[in-house]
Amino acid sequence: MANKLHLRVVTPSKDFYDDDCDMVILKTIDGDTGILFGHQPLTTVLDLGYLRIIDNGEEKKSTLLGGFAKVNEHGLTVISDAAEWADEIDVERAAESRKRAEERLERGSGDPSSDIDVQRAEAALRRALLRLDLAGLKK
Amino acid sequence: MASMRDIKRRIKSVNSTRQITKAMNLVASSKLNKAKLRMEGTKPFAEETRKVIAEIGSSMGGLDHPLFGKQPDGKKTLIIVITSDKGLCGGYNSAVCKEAMSLCEGRDVKLITIGSKGRDFFRRRNMNIDRSVVGISERFDYNDASAIGSRALKLFKDKEVDSVYLVYTRFISSISSTPKVIRLLPVDADDFKDEVSHKNVLTLYEPSEEQVLDYVVPRYVNTVVFGGMVESSVCELGARMAAMDAATDNAEEMIENLNLLYNRVRQGAITQEITEIVSGSNALE
Repeated sequence: MANKLHLRVVTPSKDFYDDDCDMVILKTIDGDTGILFGHQPLTTVLDLGYLRIIDNGEEKKSTLLGGFAKVNEHGLTVISDAAEWADEIDVERAAESRKRAEERLERGSGDPSSDIDVQRAEAALRRALLRLDLAGLKK
Repeated sequence: MASMRDIKRRIKSVNSTRQITKAMNLVASSKLNKAKLRMEGTKPFAEETRKVIAEIGSSMGGLDHPLFGKQPDGKKTLIIVITSDKGLCGGYNSAVCKEAMSLCEGRDVKLITIGSKGRDFFRRRNMNIDRSVVGISERFDYNDASAIGSRALKLFKDKEVDSVYLVYTRFISSISSTPKVIRLLPVDADDFKDEVSHKNVLTLYEPSEEQVLDYVVPRYVNTVVFGGMVESSVCELGARMAAMDAATDNAEEMIENLNLLYNRVRQGAITQEITEIVSGSNALE
């Protein structure tokens, strides 16, 4: 069918998605952005968030942990550190890393020298929450 | 001449060596197949990242970004060397280290080594090792690479070094590989010229070109480091496979020669015994 957006998602470990769809919604650092067929060329930086792929009225949802997106005449290419569908998420591991991150944040706050660690823990916490959230949605 | 027992013992010991090298060869070749699949899987990621850099680089033309530039290297260089943790892989490690060594000449070098072989090599030569990562040459993920990449970027941004190189092993085929040097920083947009498919497309950068670049370049560095690690691990296994194959062949040849010698000695002993018996019975007559 014409007027479909070609989406390609690549991560360091694999080619995550490579197909046509109607619309893609991503979370850029400026907020959620929907991309349709024929979008103007764009390169943007992504935040931790969801990737929502809408095709024929159906929505597929996966995590998308940072990276960047590029739109050109061939379609949309997303280059991300990690992406996973709900059923690929290791819930136990995510819950564990959430606990770890929370502990670290509690210990680290108030100590200016551990600034980077706090940032890292926060990022880890956000990743874990995102994963848990998506895995929970599916249940 | 060696006694029969000595030769027998030699044969036994060479044979057990042969069994080990043969097993290692098989292990390496099965790991190699897995590693090759992994390499295929990481290729699209690296290619797409390169494309984005290429496009931004070409559309921005003369943009003045601290991470971009064509300026010749200063004296202070950071070299990231990718080696293996385990030996018994032929000239794999020494080839990479030699390549890195020749790059060091005439520069004030800091090193980041991956793999214990590289660490030992440069420590023995009293080089300035900024950081060494060991124990990950077979099991590593993108996070390991990005930790190394961020360290390199930090040194570059703090002006501790004014160029960053990566020395890794390039995969040609399962039995052939060659060490390769690439300059990671500053990024030279000209390197990507061939990859830009369409020029002068008006592209929107959100939030801004600089911010996109600030984000993409570190990612590019990490990607290249990761790609280098993946490729090197494939080469390591390939080299080990080839080395073990050669070792097995050599062991087989040795066993063959020793068997020949053994039979000759045995025959000699029998002949001597017969001579003794015959001469003994002749003396009795």
